[in-house]
Amino acid sequence: MSSTSQRKAQHLQADILIIGAGPAGIAALLPLLEAGRRVIWVEQSAQAGGQIWRAGLPAHWRAQVEAALSHPSLQCCFGHAVIDAHIEATDQAVSLRLYQPAHPNRVPVQVQAPQLLLATGGRERFLPFPGWTLPGITGAGGLQALVKQGWPIEGQRVVLAGSGPLLLAAADTVRQAGGQILLIAEQASRASLLRFAAGLPATKAAQAAGLAWRLRGIPYRSGTWVQSASGDGRLQSIQLSTGRATWALDCDALGLGFGLLPNTELAQMLGCQLTDDGAIAVDAGMATNLPGVFAAGECTGIGGVDKSVVEGSLAAQSMLGRAGASRSRRGALKFADLLQRRFSSRPEVLKLADISTTICRCEDVSLGQLKAHSDWREAKLQTRCGMGACQGRICGPICESLLGWPAQQNRGLRTPLQAAPLHLLAED
Amino acid sequence: MSLSQPEFQVFINGRALQVPAHCNVAASLQRAGLSHSRRSETGQPRAAFCGMGQCQECRVRIDGHDHRLACMTLVVDGMQIETQT
Repeated sequence: MSSTSQRKAQHLQADILIIGAGPAGIAALLPLLEAGRRVIWVEQSAQAGGQIWRAGLPAHWRAQVEAALSHPSLQCCFGHAVIDAHIEATDQAVSLRLYQPAHPNRVPVQVQAPQLLLATGGRERFLPFPGWTLPGITGAGGLQALVKQGWPIEGQRVVLAGSGPLLLAAADTVRQAGGQILLIAEQASRASLLRFAAGLPATKAAQAAGLAWRLRGIPYRSGTWVQSASGDGRLQSIQLSTGRATWALDCDALGLGFGLLPNTELAQMLGCQLTDDGAIAVDAGMATNLPGVFAAGECTGIGGVDKSVVEGSLAAQSMLGRAGASRSRRGALKFADLLQRRFSSRPEVLKLADISTTICRCEDVSLGQLKAHSDWREAKLQTRCGMGACQGRICGPICESLLGWPAQQNRGLRTPLQAAPLHLLAED
Repeated sequence: MSLSQPEFQVFINGRALQVPAHCNVAASLQRAGLSHSRRSETGQPRAAFCGMGQCQECRVRIDGHDHRLACMTLVVDGMQIETQT
């Protein structure tokens, strides 16, 4: 037995645990500290901001977050991933086990508090097609995140494809970093896009107009999708389709995304109920079905940064025992609904994968291998689909879309929540 | 690149590379001209895909530790990074 496995976990206690340092977590933290609560703030990245503010916080939040970080009532566990979670039978306190991916030999940290806020954000939704695993193909938001952290894109020929406003935001980042955007391919129809634009509130419409101005001159095609990708060891060419016409386009990078999905693994491990859409179910005060457990931001349903900020501050008020439904949350939810309706996937993009297309990237399981099974459990037993390092985070939602296996079956809920060395789970 | 921008030296499969200090490991691999960081179960080349710590495709060996996520790890001076060729 190594010396590390014999050392006990470090135990930390507070009034409130916040998981996630994106917009929802930030918006919740400040009022909680002001009200004198002791908070433990957990985030897997090394700094606050979440995916959307990965390259830096907006000026409005920066000063406030910097001040909060040195607040005596705050303990930060940045660079920590949650690997186990339970609610104590004795006092109903939430207890989480954390580890540091960058320092896997350090002792785990056990954090405990009577209240928990889940601000675990979202991730991109992917729909596979032949060739989608080639290097050079990334998520659209993933490409944006990578470029912000030094991924060389200057002079490269880039296509963004899939659905939703994130394609435009990613294109803007790539363009600013010197990438040459050949095309933005949006699968939604032109009619659907027009209805989306018409339904936008004034502030969002102004943001969209600014983005459209910065992206002027970049070809944007509605009703268009990537059918397949090819290349020798890395991406060289894609095949595009409108359903009536198909054509090839040579490119160096492809950013994909069909909107976002809520991250609910931790919530599910604790026993939180989910909605039919696969988000964490919350009431008007952001409370989940579990006493003391709240959720805010993309993990309660995809709606963008404004919804996250509104829900974060609303959750904080509820955790402080102050009631209040929020009118601005209703506005944010309307936008979320608009997003979902206008960028829903057309049937063609759900049929692009053929029997040899890889679905489970961790274990190299093809659609043909999966089709031989009737549900996720049987497929896991027979093919190892969803049992690799990502624990079904990528292939689970794909199986839901392509094969109709329900989300409740799909999500990996076992300890550890993230791949981690075994000694970290040893009993204290 | 301006001289004022801090740079770190990292070692990728033993070869030294200067990278901006704000880079993550995934970006450093691309800057080194490596198109892939690992091989899948059946030997297919794979590289960073989700870019945000979900898909686990960018796993590499860093300073002797396997299965580190290149997209979630910022470079530090002298870091040793090993990929699957």
